[in-house]
Amino acid sequence: MSETAIAFNQVYKKFKKGEIYDSLRDLIPGLAKRLFVGRNGNADSLGSKEFWSLRDVSFEIKKGESFGIIGHNGAGKSTILKLLSGIMKPTRGSLEVHGRLSALIEVGAGFHPDLTGRENIFLNGIILGMSKGEIRRKFDEIVEFSGLEEFIDTPVKRYSSGMYARLGFSVAAHLEPDILVIDEVLSVGDLVFQKQCAEKMKSIFRGGATLIFVSHNLRAVTDLCQRCILLDHGKLIQDGPAVEVTQYYMNPGQGAKEAHVGKEAYISSVTLRGENGGGFLFDTGDKVFLEVEVTGIASCEKLSVTAYFADNDYNCVFASSTQELNKTTFSLGPGEKKKVIFELNLHLGPGTYHVSTFVYRFDLQKLYDSQDPAIALQIRSNTDIRGVANLYPKAAIE
Amino acid sequence: MINEIRRLMEYRELIYAITWKDIRIKYKQSVMGVMWAIFMPALVVSAGVLVKFAFARLSGAPLGLSQVATVSVKAIPWSFFIASLRFGTNSLTMNVNLVTKIYFPNEIFPISAVLSQLFDFAIASGVLFVILVVAQVGWSIYLLWAPILLSVLILLAISSALLLSAANLFFRDVKYIVEVIVTFAIFFTPVFYEADFMGPVWKPIILLNPVAPILEGFNACIVLKKTPELAWVAYSAVIAVTLFLVSFRFFKTMEPAFAENI
Repeated sequence: MSETAIAFNQVYKKFKKGEIYDSLRDLIPGLAKRLFVGRNGNADSLGSKEFWSLRDVSFEIKKGESFGIIGHNGAGKSTILKLLSGIMKPTRGSLEVHGRLSALIEVGAGFHPDLTGRENIFLNGIILGMSKGEIRRKFDEIVEFSGLEEFIDTPVKRYSSGMYARLGFSVAAHLEPDILVIDEVLSVGDLVFQKQCAEKMKSIFRGGATLIFVSHNLRAVTDLCQRCILLDHGKLIQDGPAVEVTQYYMNPGQGAKEAHVGKEAYISSVTLRGENGGGFLFDTGDKVFLEVEVTGIASCEKLSVTAYFADNDYNCVFASSTQELNKTTFSLGPGEKKKVIFELNLHLGPGTYHVSTFVYRFDLQKLYDSQDPAIALQIRSNTDIRGVANLYPKAAIE
Repeated sequence: MINEIRRLMEYRELIYAITWKDIRIKYKQSVMGVMWAIFMPALVVSAGVLVKFAFARLSGAPLGLSQVATVSVKAIPWSFFIASLRFGTNSLTMNVNLVTKIYFPNEIFPISAVLSQLFDFAIASGVLFVILVVAQVGWSIYLLWAPILLSVLILLAISSALLLSAANLFFRDVKYIVEVIVTFAIFFTPVFYEADFMGPVWKPIILLNPVAPILEGFNACIVLKKTPELAWVAYSAVIAVTLFLVSFRFFKTMEPAFAENI
């Protein structure tokens, strides 16, 4: 069990922003350099439009481990997956993969809309690395898992997106890989199917496979993974037991903040505390206080602070501002600090939520500073409810 | 390189699957279906017959059935070749989803593109067979050259597809350039005429196009019942192998950059 399944050794990956080549004049020397100097030619330096998607990332995953990768959008999670699956090569550093790896970066990526469900199962299965015989043997199982028996001879372009995802996951779930890499697939399909997927993933894992799960759904990560890493702007900042790393992710700390150059006012701290003190794990219905401290650099007038709650898919769950709530604005002088306290009742469904705050002047539509997202929090519930709102349900059968 | 080609062999099921997909999709939701595989070469053959007819009128000699056979024998492989170039060039960009989301050797796309055109070629060859029977061309031992010529043509098509598909991934200009070249190439290739017509000075120049000796060879071994000009066939074969080595190297060198640049 202690053999290595995957090892990343100081991996760097560089990307370019914007258009790749501006003109043919840039291309020809560019290509020549690539051909003759090799890929590591100037791997250390960044060009004008380049940025590091991954910087000095090293970790090791043992065989049979379940491993989570979390981080905000753009932290480099998908880049890791693409490197793992071999679609991309690292700019610098190396990585090893031992065993048959199946990467499910997008459910049903290999589907062709004009082909029927049956044809796509065969095509996708072969693309993902199964043999024809293997697919034939598992065909009935795959169809049954997807629950699409009736539509199996319908072209998939006539499928709903949920059906599409179900078929895609069903094929991938029957791969029997040594290493299964999954990116956000649990967010597709209906709830019953999501549960079915999670069960299937657990059973693949129990069968001895290594599981790598990428998500910003912290609940799913803590549910599925033993170990977890946290990425931020391409850097690995935490590596440890999933529960601890997700806790850390929810409390990024108030430490080193970037310089507030050029700002007239900035958010100097954001804290969340419950009635019984701080924390990031609350029960549904808890009362919390969101404290936003704003510091002025220049004189600012007619300011308002917004509290914004988003769910895991970054859909707005709740937003309001001091101006709307109090019908007044406030002003700040240079060096002056003011603290805004929102009292909120978390009538939210269980799951992870992201809190963002903004300092805004509405009449000029001017944004002074934002922390987006500032804090992540987790809501738990004793009753098995789903969705973003808690409607305090009671059921009677008469 | 040997290892890469051996690895490709392990993926042959995938090559079949992608080829099959390309063929399926081409004829899905089309009324004429597989008839398209006959229709396009038939148009080229008709154009060729028309040109031959004009030549015949000029020279005063009647248009013989054997000339129709000659045009068909050249036009059908030619249609296969240009269709392979067209389809092969777009093969990577048409499969963006697979290139960026799932890893396997990407040369499978241009290779499958050529193979799916080979399927059309097989159907068109059935029609060619009928034309040859009607023209009373008959059998000969020289027919054994045909599979060799075809192999060289396929290798040429795959090599070009590898090079062009990778180039087109970085620059979409390539597909327009290919389109223009493919449209006019028929004038520079002995499809509607014979290289011999051009006289001793121009004939070698015409045959420098590596496809030309193959087409001439098909005519020689099928219709004229003689051995193709071996020196020229060898020339085409050398070009095909060299181009394959260069294209394959180029393709594999550029492959790691595909996903980011597509």
